[in-house]
Amino acid sequence: MSTTVTATSEAPVFYEVDEHPHPEGHSTALGFWIYLMSDCLIFAILFATFGVLGGNYAAGPGPRDLFDLNLVALNTTMLLLSSITYGFAMLAMDKERVKATQVWLVITGLFGLAFLSIELYEFHHMIAEGAGPQRSAFLSAFFTLVGTHGLHVTFGIIWLVTLLVQVQKRGLILANKRRLMCLSMFWHFLDVVWIGVFTFVYLLGMLR
Amino acid sequence: MSANAHNDAHGHDVHHELGVAHGSMRSYMTGFILSVILTAVPFWLVMSGKIGNPTWTAAIVMAFAVVQIVVHMIYFLHMNFKSEGGWNMLALVFTLIVVGIAMAGSLWVMYHLNTNMMPGAHDMRQML
Repeated sequence: MSTTVTATSEAPVFYEVDEHPHPEGHSTALGFWIYLMSDCLIFAILFATFGVLGGNYAAGPGPRDLFDLNLVALNTTMLLLSSITYGFAMLAMDKERVKATQVWLVITGLFGLAFLSIELYEFHHMIAEGAGPQRSAFLSAFFTLVGTHGLHVTFGIIWLVTLLVQVQKRGLILANKRRLMCLSMFWHFLDVVWIGVFTFVYLLGMLR
Repeated sequence: MSANAHNDAHGHDVHHELGVAHGSMRSYMTGFILSVILTAVPFWLVMSGKIGNPTWTAAIVMAFAVVQIVVHMIYFLHMNFKSEGGWNMLALVFTLIVVGIAMAGSLWVMYHLNTNMMPGAHDMRQML
């Protein structure tokens, strides 16, 4: 293995002579986590923007006129359910059950699609009422923040479908497990961001 | 690394190879049930207006959000101080500090800017 410095060594060793083993993908989880943290910064800035501009209605409609909390609660449920079904997919993956993994992934994707559909319905409804992103600073910030989250979910679903094809073709090989693990972090991370969205944008918006 | 240890790493310790601790059915269900409660209560508080005071409601709703984020981190993202030798947690703490500075700084600066730039907030004649 690597050079070990023991108390009996003659001279201090400042570098290791032997090369470390670098198994394929051994640092993927950490690298992906750092990517998620950078994504977290994007959302933080969008949240800050919304926090600053969230009260500037330009005499247009405010949160109370626009938001339907029943719809938001339904949306939140969809995303939360998709999170737990992804967890079930990971558990099935651990037990090497290919079929069960695929089924849970498909269910996760469907919940994700339901979430997106509800969000697009909400956006469409608002724009049709004349409350589009160009109406006021509040609406610009709202559409940017919630839209960016929605875009992430969209890409998550595309990634999910890609992985379904990969698993179908090659089974649960180590590389596919690693990819599924990355998507799992991505998916749960999006759910964490959504907690911020429904609290900060919708619930606190209704209290303004 | 010896051949034996290498085989071992491939053989049964795939989780270690992936570098992330995996949850169990029990931990996922715990996280899910906690999340449902932590989501339902704030929605109910705001929708029913049970607490008359909006400031208090807002504070409670935000406290619930913070707790739920921690629950998600532990039960769904499997964060702990050991994964990746603590580097995951270090990256998270660093990000939280940057996020805290960016959020608090923006809100603070822009709030004061808004208040002080408001016409009539200060006596304009003083400036002449």
